[in-house]
Amino acid sequence: MTAYLIRNVSPVGGEPTDLLIRDGVVAEVGAGLTADGATVVDATGLVALPGLVDLHTHLREPGREDAETVESGSRAAALGGYTAVCAMANTSPVADTAGVVEQVWRLGREAGLVDVQPIGAVTVGLAGERLAELGAMADSAARVRIFSDDGHCVADPRLMRRALEYVKAFDGVIAQHAEEPRLTEGAQMHEGEVSTRLGLTGWPAVAEEAIIARDVLLAEHVGSRLHVCHVSTAGSVEVLRQAKARGVRVTAEVTPHHLLLTDQRAESYDPVFKVNPPLRTAADIAALRAALAEGVIDVIATDHAPHAVEDKECEWAYARPGMLGLETALSVALDVLGPRWDLIAERMSRVPARIAGLTGHGLDPAPGVPANLTVVDPAARRVIEPAELASRSRNTPYARMTLPGRIVATFLRGEPTVLDGKAVK
Amino acid sequence: MIRHLLSGADLDADTATLVLDTAAEMATVAGREVKKLPALRGRTVVNLFYEDSTRTRISFEAAAKRLSADVINFSAKGSSVTKGESLKDTALTLQAMGADAVVVRHPASGAPHRLADWVDGSVVNAGDGTHEHPTQALLDAYTMRSRLGRLAGLHVAIVGDVLHSRVARSNVLLLTTLGAKVTLVGPPTLIPVDIATALAPGIDVSYDLDTVAPGVDVVMMLRVQRERMSDSYFPSAREYARRYGLDGPRMRRLPEHAIVMHPGPMNRGMEITPEVADSPRSTIVEQVANGVSVRMAVLYLLLGGSNR
Repeated sequence: MTAYLIRNVSPVGGEPTDLLIRDGVVAEVGAGLTADGATVVDATGLVALPGLVDLHTHLREPGREDAETVESGSRAAALGGYTAVCAMANTSPVADTAGVVEQVWRLGREAGLVDVQPIGAVTVGLAGERLAELGAMADSAARVRIFSDDGHCVADPRLMRRALEYVKAFDGVIAQHAEEPRLTEGAQMHEGEVSTRLGLTGWPAVAEEAIIARDVLLAEHVGSRLHVCHVSTAGSVEVLRQAKARGVRVTAEVTPHHLLLTDQRAESYDPVFKVNPPLRTAADIAALRAALAEGVIDVIATDHAPHAVEDKECEWAYARPGMLGLETALSVALDVLGPRWDLIAERMSRVPARIAGLTGHGLDPAPGVPANLTVVDPAARRVIEPAELASRSRNTPYARMTLPGRIVATFLRGEPTVLDGKAVK
Repeated sequence: MIRHLLSGADLDADTATLVLDTAAEMATVAGREVKKLPALRGRTVVNLFYEDSTRTRISFEAAAKRLSADVINFSAKGSSVTKGESLKDTALTLQAMGADAVVVRHPASGAPHRLADWVDGSVVNAGDGTHEHPTQALLDAYTMRSRLGRLAGLHVAIVGDVLHSRVARSNVLLLTTLGAKVTLVGPPTLIPVDIATALAPGIDVSYDLDTVAPGVDVVMMLRVQRERMSDSYFPSAREYARRYGLDGPRMRRLPEHAIVMHPGPMNRGMEITPEVADSPRSTIVEQVANGVSVRMAVLYLLLGGSNR
């Protein structure tokens, strides 16, 4: 195993120092380190972060390998600075059995670019009717702890209550896609001025807020952990703020695109901007950014959702919702939060690792900790070119935008997955 | 001249007036024994219809033929998804055939915008989903101007299912541009709360037809789909008709000179009674005739009348 000596790097934005990576761990931290035979990486001006952890990734395998595979998605993740991703369950077949989650977990190991932690479905086939075998998935080799029907809301309140209760047996958490289905039938974009003008059926903010309000009450009632996926409205932030103040065990994530892009993007009718929940208003963005800084929202998660060209190069109403995120998330975070490295490490690595129960991740570089880390050039600016992305799909909403920051290197247990900004394998 | 006509917002006051004035000239052709002009000889107009709409398709077809264009009717009923060929592939096919203009009717809002990205010719929106129908607004404006002599200062009430109406959206945009005052009337479930900020800040909203009726020059009744009832937008067809339908007694409370319009097809007995539809105040048949003249003007200006 090659040793790496990262010279003059700023750990989480602190004073520049050297990091020696050997045998899968951070062996030494300190100025002026030397190590015979180590590959030296000059990181002057660069920042080291604990490897990023994504709580919300769609890898599409099994089922839609034309849009993404575990391997291509893992490569995109590594290039985005990630060392672990949680793979959502809405594959085909659905990840609702021990067999499917173990398959995804094994594909992740074989790719070896990030740790792929499968998420299990809450209900059989995501149909919202009866619980999947949550315990079997928890006990499988994939050791599933997060369960989600993402893409669909667990709308039945009784079923949601049972799921919240049941997973307490193995310290699981239900990650809810908060969308009251009756309020969003046929919905195409945020309900508001722009949807009225464009004649596209609205997705009202209340459809998200009503479910979050219900679910925090349910979680409080049964004393369970709840995680809320892709929070997108100012009203949701208020519901979460109140619940947290009462001591409800709820965590929440926001996506990069909900922190940066508004519903006005739909004016082009280009479905690359179609996503669920939809892009909201500038006022929502302001509330989400404030909540993220404050800790009402705990995590930035990508909701990386690759789609084949034919599923996006069509009429808005017929397009699938979702956008790429892994390779641009850190840049968007830098753009939105500025170089607040401790906050970025908290929201993109430490807290998501804790929520997912990934003990080897989310740890700042220190002697003896697993060498899962990423090295960022904060001064770089790059123009996002869809064709240059490692994902199999091209549906990035940031095409031709200039964003700050570039991932220079990523290490997974001491092995580089990215060096010089390029994937190692 | 603009290249595409996708929205009522594409037309400024001068351009809209030019279209209406040109339509008036085109209307004289309809009175001749030989109803044909050579203006678009050798040009190809494709009618691309993803929805059944006999009246709009025939209107565009007649307009193009009276201008001597070659007309290809491409009926692609059902969505591109069920049909198997994508809108983009259809667009590339039309492009390869050398279509100078594509007139498109589509159930998905924004489909004409997408099409305009993929073809070199002009795209005319002939109704897209619940978005817009700009030539309908032009023919409505033309009809108002013919009957009442002007558009600036007119008070127009648009009554019914504004939420789902492409006719309403295009009319609000165009009429406001041309200086008319618009009031939208209907049940609160069918009028988006932010419609004024979304479309035109000067418009009014009312939930009571009877208070609006005495002060208007034009009442435009929108078609109301009976299916809206099952979605609880209103309790029953009868209740809708009582509150928002135009019947004889309500019509008689309109000012003497006021006209009654409807884009068709009508639900007689729902939003409009036969007595009103067949009365001298009704412009419904004129609207159809004017549709051909206005569409001739649009095709002529987009294709032939410009210095491209």
